[in-house]
Amino acid sequence: MQKRLVLDQTQLSITISRFCHQLIENHDDFENTVLLGLQPRGALVLDRIIQRMQEIQQVSLRYGHLDATFHRDDFRRRDLPLKANETKIDFLIENKKVILVDDVLYKGRSVRAAMDAMIAFGRPQKVELMVLIDRKYTRDFPIKPDYFGRQVNTLESQYVSVEWQSQGYPEDAIWITEKEQ
Amino acid sequence: MQQLSTRHLLGIKNLNQEDIQLIFETADSFKEVLNRPIKKVPSLRDITIANVFFENSTRTKLSFELAEKRLSADVVNFASGSSSVKKGETLIDTVNNILAMKVDMVVMRHSSPGAPHFLSRHIRANIVNAGDGTHEHPTQALLDAFSIREKLGDVAGKKVAIIGDILHSRVALSNIFCLQKLGAEVMVCGPATLLPKYIRDLGVQVEQEVFKALQWCDVANVLRIQLERQQIKYFPSLREYSLYYGVNKKLLNRLDKEIVIMHPGPINRGVELNSDVADSEHSIILQQVENGVAIRMAVLYLLAGLK
Repeated sequence: MQKRLVLDQTQLSITISRFCHQLIENHDDFENTVLLGLQPRGALVLDRIIQRMQEIQQVSLRYGHLDATFHRDDFRRRDLPLKANETKIDFLIENKKVILVDDVLYKGRSVRAAMDAMIAFGRPQKVELMVLIDRKYTRDFPIKPDYFGRQVNTLESQYVSVEWQSQGYPEDAIWITEKEQ
Repeated sequence: MQQLSTRHLLGIKNLNQEDIQLIFETADSFKEVLNRPIKKVPSLRDITIANVFFENSTRTKLSFELAEKRLSADVVNFASGSSSVKKGETLIDTVNNILAMKVDMVVMRHSSPGAPHFLSRHIRANIVNAGDGTHEHPTQALLDAFSIREKLGDVAGKKVAIIGDILHSRVALSNIFCLQKLGAEVMVCGPATLLPKYIRDLGVQVEQEVFKALQWCDVANVLRIQLERQQIKYFPSLREYSLYYGVNKKLLNRLDKEIVIMHPGPINRGVELNSDVADSEHSIILQQVENGVAIRMAVLYLLAGLK
């Protein structure tokens, strides 16, 4: 199977640090800002950001995990229903600036579903999107990220996998892989 | 992800342990949804569900309807009392007429055991059994087991006593199947006249003294005396039943441990269950009702998701 490395452990770590600094620059003391990691894999990215943020600056962050399974538009259209993950948001987002965090932006359908799911927790003042990888020219919806780690050109026959050490991989890395036929 | 092994929820007997676990895990997610400010998800927005009730029901019907609406399904209700069934229409005709209006799922309660099984062989829609006579009431058993799992952490290894009118109870039968599939030990307890003759064949213990049953169990599921199904006298009087089989505070105080009290409702207060127990901290009766909506959402969602 062909595999191409997009970001290695060091580069990924630099990207996470950059995300933190960008957020601090734009959101000051985070008094009116909340972060939501999209389940399942965006939650892992968010965890890394939170961890790094605490090392850089002692701010109190409000964050949670959002699962959009029940809001997806492909229910009953795929062979198997997707399994729901935990949504853990113990605050309201009414009038808050919300930063949605995910690993890979592809068709934009997950983000659309997430925005739909998010509204159940209030009407946000503003929503921003942060992704590690933006797969260019593949969108089905008019969605683009406000923060991205790397933009890549990919084919339909490829997928982008984000591997974390905490998930049992040898090291943190992002790969582009050919889908098996 | 896994999917249910069946297209219809006719009874617990047809489910396997993985199905039940999948329903529980999905219900966990829906329980979280039900605690949000906006308690609604759009999953079933292109689905129409008919609630076909040939027998009276208040809470099951309400619970199903709420579950359907929380999932954004379109809902039509049918009650046999005010329908053409009274004019002699057959079950298949009634349901086919409803399905001709492009209904995708049918939730049915019927007084004849096996009615949903019969229907499932003749129509294409997914069927959910909401109680068929004295046979099965699968969603009630699922929500009971789900409530035990929530309260005690797990169902496996727990001892559950089902107390009361076992003979007429579809809740008892579905509960026995469900609890056993999840690895719990089950005992039934009631007057000999209200225990089916071959109940031991299901692998349950049988006890006639309520105190011994309570002493044995971790959870007591107290059933309603179903006077509407009793054409003959199975016990001399309600007062006598209450005296020998009613669960009250005095009885619980005599135990050397704390047990969980459940009841599928509606309670005959002062008959099978006293208010001092029904309203106590040992009782999880209202949690059962709350979990009922989440369990029914999970069942409808998983059945709808099948191709």
